[in-house]
Amino acid sequence: MLSKQEISTGAQARGGSSEDFNTGSWRALRPIIDTSKCIHCMLCYLYCPDNAVCIIKESAKQNGNPEVTGVDLKHCKGCSICSQVCPVHCIKMIPEEEAKKVDKKD
Amino acid sequence: MVNIKEFAKREVKLVGGHRLCAGCPAPTIGKLALMAADKEVIVSSATGCLEVSTTIYPYSAWKVPWMHTAFENTAANIAGVETAVKVLNRKGIIKKDFRYLCIAGDGGTYDIGLQALSGAIERGHKFLYVCYDNESYSNTGIQRSSATPLFANTTTDPVGDIRKGKQELRKNFTEIMVAHNMKYIAQAALSNIQDMIMKLEKGYKATDHTAAFINIFSPCIPGWGIHDGDAVMLSKIAVDTCFWPLYEVEDGQYKLNYNPEESGKKIPIIEFLKLQSRFRHLLDPKNADLIAEFQKDVDDRWDKLKKKCGIRTDLV
Repeated sequence: MLSKQEISTGAQARGGSSEDFNTGSWRALRPIIDTSKCIHCMLCYLYCPDNAVCIIKESAKQNGNPEVTGVDLKHCKGCSICSQVCPVHCIKMIPEEEAKKVDKKD
Repeated sequence: MVNIKEFAKREVKLVGGHRLCAGCPAPTIGKLALMAADKEVIVSSATGCLEVSTTIYPYSAWKVPWMHTAFENTAANIAGVETAVKVLNRKGIIKKDFRYLCIAGDGGTYDIGLQALSGAIERGHKFLYVCYDNESYSNTGIQRSSATPLFANTTTDPVGDIRKGKQELRKNFTEIMVAHNMKYIAQAALSNIQDMIMKLEKGYKATDHTAAFINIFSPCIPGWGIHDGDAVMLSKIAVDTCFWPLYEVEDGQYKLNYNPEESGKKIPIIEFLKLQSRFRHLLDPKNADLIAEFQKDVDDRWDKLKKKCGIRTDLV
């Protein structure tokens, strides 16, 4: 039996290190946010299971309120929850292949 | 009412890069549970989807002190941590107050973790227990749990010619928790996000006095056979069909937070069943009596709850 001093600490990992892992390759659909229609209600940000909606927390443009700026494509799995909860329907889901073609042209 | 824009400014402590299925609402529940805390939080997780997928070695998605040991002892873990912090404070080694959060699925709550949870509450440990109820052992391949509803198709209760899925009624776990005389017990769903955040905040406040328990509806994408982005929409339908009523019990007082009958939004249970492939066999005209049986169970539970909340049932 192990004495008090010898008890193992178990496996440990640095907090938040999963951000280094790329889950964006899972995506079949890519969310495109029309920022001109967005009312910055923060629902997509709070609902996103992968925390992949990027915001500025205190934006001067929004009088100190948070502002949605885009999508973190490294973590977005393309589940389309953001597009479903958007009250003004400004998030469109397009096939990843099409989105990649547009990326290449740019 | 919670101000969503102000709430969004708080730090997110369950970050992306975890390997849960696309569209799984469990990390959203975890994220909001951590954001709603008014002090630093120490978390203990039971074995389950959320625990396994957020902490694949050497990665961790948690930015808070987090621990996991086994399936059955989440509440015992947090009871130990809470007591240790109390002793360290008393000895003057640290001077800090924490909030304690247990987060577990329905397997680790309804079935395997029940004894540890019941014991920890009885001993007066002060922690918030959040159960994300996906109605099966999803992590190991959709086996039935005591949270699985009637007639659902699971890998251990498959649909055949004779047996049509699970034959037993689901456990009403929130009521079991009410019987423990805690200060705050609630049932919440993601579709009503402000209500859910309010409940989480109330839950943390109640842990000044006793333990608190919140049961949150969490649709499972592969287990229930639904589309990736449908979790929130399905939560809304579950609330509107009265399959998952939103209520809270504060100091023994029942309160219905949302009554779909009042606004004329109550819909028949078939609307909930027809969206999920685990209930596909019920759509067969031969099985119409099974749907009626399901509806009767939902209505019975709903009527009982309304009585407890002091709403007259003979007027509807």
